[in-house]
Amino acid sequence: MERIIFGDNQFFAVNHISDEKSRAQSIKFKDDSAIIKTLDIAIAAGINTFMCTTHDRIANICEIVRKNPEKYKDFKMYPCMPYAHKYANAVTDLGIAGTLKQYVPGNFLGSMFKGGVAYLSKDYISIMELLIDSEMKMFKGINTPVIFLQNVITDLLMGLGMDEFLVAYAKYIREKYNAEPGFITMNLPKLLGVLEKNGITNPIICASINKVNFRMSGGKDLYEKILKEGRCRVIAMQVLGGGAIPAGEALEYVSNLPNVESILFGASSKQNIDNTVETINYQDQRKKEKFITQKNLEIESASKVFKMN
Amino acid sequence: MGLSHLSILGAHPKVEIVGVCDTSKMVVEVLERYSGYKCFSDYLKMVEESCPDAVFVSVPTKYHYPMVKELLKKGVHVFTEKPFCLNPEESNELTQLAKKVGVVNQVGYHNKFVGTFREVKKLVKEGTIGEITHFQGEAYGPVVIKKKSETWRSDPTEGGGCLMDYASHVIDLINDIISPIESCKGSILKSIYSKNVDDSVYALVGTKSGTSGVISVNWSDDTYRKMSTSVTIIGTEGKIISDANELKVFFKGDKLPKGYSKGWNVKYVTDLTEEVNFYLRGEEYSAQIDYFIKSVSAENSSDINTFDSAWKTDKSISLIKNQSSF
Repeated sequence: MERIIFGDNQFFAVNHISDEKSRAQSIKFKDDSAIIKTLDIAIAAGINTFMCTTHDRIANICEIVRKNPEKYKDFKMYPCMPYAHKYANAVTDLGIAGTLKQYVPGNFLGSMFKGGVAYLSKDYISIMELLIDSEMKMFKGINTPVIFLQNVITDLLMGLGMDEFLVAYAKYIREKYNAEPGFITMNLPKLLGVLEKNGITNPIICASINKVNFRMSGGKDLYEKILKEGRCRVIAMQVLGGGAIPAGEALEYVSNLPNVESILFGASSKQNIDNTVETINYQDQRKKEKFITQKNLEIESASKVFKMN
Repeated sequence: MGLSHLSILGAHPKVEIVGVCDTSKMVVEVLERYSGYKCFSDYLKMVEESCPDAVFVSVPTKYHYPMVKELLKKGVHVFTEKPFCLNPEESNELTQLAKKVGVVNQVGYHNKFVGTFREVKKLVKEGTIGEITHFQGEAYGPVVIKKKSETWRSDPTEGGGCLMDYASHVIDLINDIISPIESCKGSILKSIYSKNVDDSVYALVGTKSGTSGVISVNWSDDTYRKMSTSVTIIGTEGKIISDANELKVFFKGDKLPKGYSKGWNVKYVTDLTEEVNFYLRGEEYSAQIDYFIKSVSAENSSDINTFDSAWKTDKSISLIKNQSSF
């Protein structure tokens, strides 16, 4: 995974600290062209991975990417499914069975073999696989090396003790899409335990990691301990703590944590995108220099000992 | 809500799920097979066989009264979803019964566990903005945004409608932060897309403490991505504007609470929220459940969101309903 990954919250008016900002974003990104323009700025800043929900509007972005293969040849997307609002609204409207009928591809109860059989035999794992296919349709022909399960589902299943679904998700993503399964969570320590218990080692986990302990269930100390142990491939999100920490300070903290493979962030303006990328690169460079200096010191003192002997 | 409560309870270290009851065959099947819970379709049978210490009731509002009553009679602690009952007479009866039986009783008005609103209450109760002269309680969101198929939420006899379902949150917050709404000088309940229930509520109300204000709620507003609840409170010494994310306070004078300065102050929920042990859809949902569990194990004063406070909210709801011609 690349060191810096671009997120999509800003495009869909998701803002964790201000309804006013959320409305401003909704106005700014009314047209798909505004989203593409911002993505192009991110690409120009050196970010080639876009992590996005399976929102209807992402289908339009995928279409643009497919139509410009040369321009987007290095571009990768990490889908995050499902876009939960879609299903939540449908369940309120149609009930659970009605929702499945609407979203499972093909004629759910009839002609489509897998769907019909799955429903009749109450094989809920197969139903989940059909829903994954339905969410993945929009990404056809696009490079999606990692495919994520959204935290609202990961954490719901985990709380309900439905580990089987998490395992089946990982297996299906590997087999059908030849991609790495990823899990978004607000409960990293607990999730890692559950996944390891079920034989999923070194999983890709995207979790809230920031200096102010925001949405880090189990606490920052436990997160830092787990990171040190290097038992999973981590993407840090909500690194600004929902906007509560000054960007420089926030990025310094997260860049210097051990075993954080990638940092996910979203921004609307060129200035914010460029500043974030520059700050992370600067912190990484400093970390590297510190490491080299440290190693040199170690070699020097070891050779002194050697000479003395 | 039921599944989300169950998941939070399932992850709680002090809770053991001894039984789940649902009318949906599919839900029961999935829970039995993949979660290994013992499931029922009759809640009384569940209580009889599983002997729980406490029961969570997450069903359409009209069933709150009969179900909670039976549960109280069996002496179990009860957490029930909001709004409490279809009318204040029923809520009063349950409140008195819960007191008599002596069990923990809580209603799911989760906004009371939101950091910003807790801070608003503290600021108001400490008198930091002086005497309250006016308030505005608002909630907007995209629940009913087109004419559509009917569910229990669109049936007035089952507790559907914007006033019961959506505005109840705002009314409960005002009752808690300022003082209970005890009069309604005028109210309009309007249908926009629904056939049988109100989609918006506008009311001019007065509180026990003598303050007056406006309630403005609309669940057919799709300019909001999800429900947005806010309060504006104007006092002789300052003003508070807060939603679940952001708290803005203006202080006129030099008498200031700790951590604030003269003029505008902005605080975010991130500064005002305590971490929870398991996060699902918002800290407040986990926090209210954790509070209930602590109440059951007698680790706190169990005085947030009691049946008594939810009964007062039902009374305020009923005042607003009766004042309108809906």
